[in-house]
Amino acid sequence: MPTILAVDDSASMRQMVVFTLKGAGYTVVDAVDGVDALSKAKSNKVDLVITDVNMPNMDGISLIRELRALPNFRFTPMLMLTTESGSDKKAEGKAAGATGWIVKPFNPDQLLATIKKVLR
Amino acid sequence: MSIDVSQFLDTFYEESFEGLDIMESELLELDVGAADQDSINTIFRAAHSIKGGSGTFGLNAVASFTHVLETLLDEMRDGKRNVTQPAVDLMLTSVDVLREMLNALKTGQDIDAEHAAEVQQQLERLLKGGEEPDNDVSGVDHTSLSDHPEVMVGSGWHIRFKPLSHLFKTGNDPVRLFEELSDLGTIQVKVNDSGLPSFADIDPEDCFLSWEIEYIGDADEAQIRDVFAWVDDDCELELTIIGGEQKATTVETVAVAPVAAPASKTTAPAAPAPVAKAAAVAAAQPKEAPPIAPPKTEEKSAVARKAAPPSTESGSIRVGIDKVDALINMVGELVITQSMLNQLGEDFTMDKVQRLQEGLAELEHHTRELQENVMRIRMLPISFAFNRFPRLVHDLSQKMGKNVELKLSGENTELDKTVMEKIGDPLVHLVRNALDHGIEKPEVRASLGKPAVATLHLNAYHQGGNIVIEISDDGAGLNTEKIKNKAIEKGLINAGDELSAEKVNELIFYPGFSTADQISDVSGRGVGMDVVKKNIKDLSGAIEVLSIPGKGSRFTIRLPLTLAILDGQLVRLGDQTYIVPLVSIIESLQIRKENVKSIASDSELYRLRDEYVPILRLHKVFNTKCDNKELINGLLVVVEGDGQLAGIFVDDLLGQQQVVIKSLESNFKRVDGLSGATILGDGTVALILDIPGLVKLSKERIKKRAAASAAA
Repeated sequence: MPTILAVDDSASMRQMVVFTLKGAGYTVVDAVDGVDALSKAKSNKVDLVITDVNMPNMDGISLIRELRALPNFRFTPMLMLTTESGSDKKAEGKAAGATGWIVKPFNPDQLLATIKKVLR
Repeated sequence: MSIDVSQFLDTFYEESFEGLDIMESELLELDVGAADQDSINTIFRAAHSIKGGSGTFGLNAVASFTHVLETLLDEMRDGKRNVTQPAVDLMLTSVDVLREMLNALKTGQDIDAEHAAEVQQQLERLLKGGEEPDNDVSGVDHTSLSDHPEVMVGSGWHIRFKPLSHLFKTGNDPVRLFEELSDLGTIQVKVNDSGLPSFADIDPEDCFLSWEIEYIGDADEAQIRDVFAWVDDDCELELTIIGGEQKATTVETVAVAPVAAPASKTTAPAAPAPVAKAAAVAAAQPKEAPPIAPPKTEEKSAVARKAAPPSTESGSIRVGIDKVDALINMVGELVITQSMLNQLGEDFTMDKVQRLQEGLAELEHHTRELQENVMRIRMLPISFAFNRFPRLVHDLSQKMGKNVELKLSGENTELDKTVMEKIGDPLVHLVRNALDHGIEKPEVRASLGKPAVATLHLNAYHQGGNIVIEISDDGAGLNTEKIKNKAIEKGLINAGDELSAEKVNELIFYPGFSTADQISDVSGRGVGMDVVKKNIKDLSGAIEVLSIPGKGSRFTIRLPLTLAILDGQLVRLGDQTYIVPLVSIIESLQIRKENVKSIASDSELYRLRDEYVPILRLHKVFNTKCDNKELINGLLVVVEGDGQLAGIFVDDLLGQQQVVIKSLESNFKRVDGLSGATILGDGTVALILDIPGLVKLSKERIKKRAAASAAA
């Protein structure tokens, strides 16, 4: 089963995402911010990255930019979780190399449906 | 798969309350006019998390409220809006509203929707730059899917999809898009390789192909575009309807629609956007319509009620990783010692006694260490209790027109979580009192030659197994004359009584005592210091006051670090051991016959200097055996309980030690005069005396006997 790196500074959101993904059979590595995620990304084989945008230490967009620069992550799908309804964040994320986004709030079913789009 | 998201609610509440605390303290620190970008960011992030979580976990009222707050913060973050004092005050109020809302939701009570709507309206008014709010206060975006224009109907779509060369580098893959499209109907895909350069020029990581897709199905344009939403900016996309009416040419260059509009949407959520524009946005980016805020009519209909009791006592505890790691380490050590002892036991001979003893000593050492560390898990820094004061002092001093600087020190001093939860209210009371009664108005201070800004100092430190919390101010101090008059008026003392200043000051702890000239809404309702004192007593603590007229006053609270362990004096009565809490012992003495006075057949008093102390024969109270019936052969432990002295008559004093309190109630049943039990080193059970309870018990006995003898 694919491995998903899930990044969110909010413990409840992280819990929900991890619980949902594990329940669907994915292997999950979770991280609390960009810096944490970056170090975990280097020591795990990751098939998909799902990251929150607004986080302390390193935000999701910087994380995506840093990850894209890593050889292992050049073509890895990366999704951002965003509540930002303005599309500037999305555009910014896309410019940094994001594959797509999931708009918060979302429920577990929506999350899984979106993931299926990129992990067929 | 369906997952019940309510299981994550506890975590959400916990982190939201933490987030609100952070927002509050950052807001209080903000310099109006020159706000620190990092602070704004931190506040924004906290609001943002609450909004995201509340939306996800179905708390729509909270999500809708936070949305407006977040928008305001977002504008401040982007420098589009100045940080003004009214804005900060309104945001502080919003923090309160959110806290109340979350508290209500957590405890299953109704949200005070009216109040929330009122504050939300104020926020919206502020957002629009002080304009009158229009009728719509729901914060619902008008670009919802229902605003769609008439949906084009045909037998399908012809799609031309020409990705830009960098498509793969965003992790997207045309094949996935086609597969997704095929979920909506049948597709036929033709690849166009005319863009392929000569082999030598091919960069294998670039995309040179384009595709023509015939889609047959009933998906509308928005659904088709939704499939391509992520690659919007990375491709050229053309849609032509098949078999629809010809006037419906919806060919549109993609780059136009999606980027510009939504910013205005967030800044003015209440202003109805022109329908056409809304429709365009919705059609181009159906994902954009945020399902954040369903109309909040359901909360509106909820009856407004009194503010929910802000009880944030929670059942869970956050423990630092280092503490857990320490525990794991210690358990590891314990396991090693145990296996060492096991090995020793397998072929034990007497010459190995030395090693056995060493092993046992090690075991004891590790066990004690483990015990101490487990206890430490329940310990939290007192900053948890102190955190609310910057806000409280800020609000109250503003309300009362006083200029106060709050100093906090010793915030990292740790104490038991239960004690922490119960000390909060008494502390608030003392701080309110200091602000209301203690600290003078600026003009009075000026006339006295004191600095205009008064200082209120909260300090905490450890002192020999206790935590000491001091609340001191440089205000007027206690007014002894006023207290005395009041006490005489209330009949607590007689007019002629000569009392030292300390004794007078202690009068404020008597029930129903309040000297405020006028009852303000800050303090002075007369339910005051006696309750504070009682609460602290209930925690086996003590409070004292030191006051210098004109210079200020200082309240000192002493509390045990934990309620689970008690410093006890072991006493013997017959063959039983009892434990007297050390804090309640005044002194222990050998009984001198000339000091004993019998007043009734069974009531004895002991003369202790100027006072007479009732003697309590424990063996009579509990109906047990004892060695000495003659007072002269035993010892008297003088204790204080409920403000009264009593002498407990025991056979012998044993040692002093820390004991772990076990509940008698949950293991046996409630017994008057006993507060619990513990297990001593030799395995026997010792009962812990409830001193205030005993004092009460003996008083009742005396009363009953007096009544009986009167009747006879």
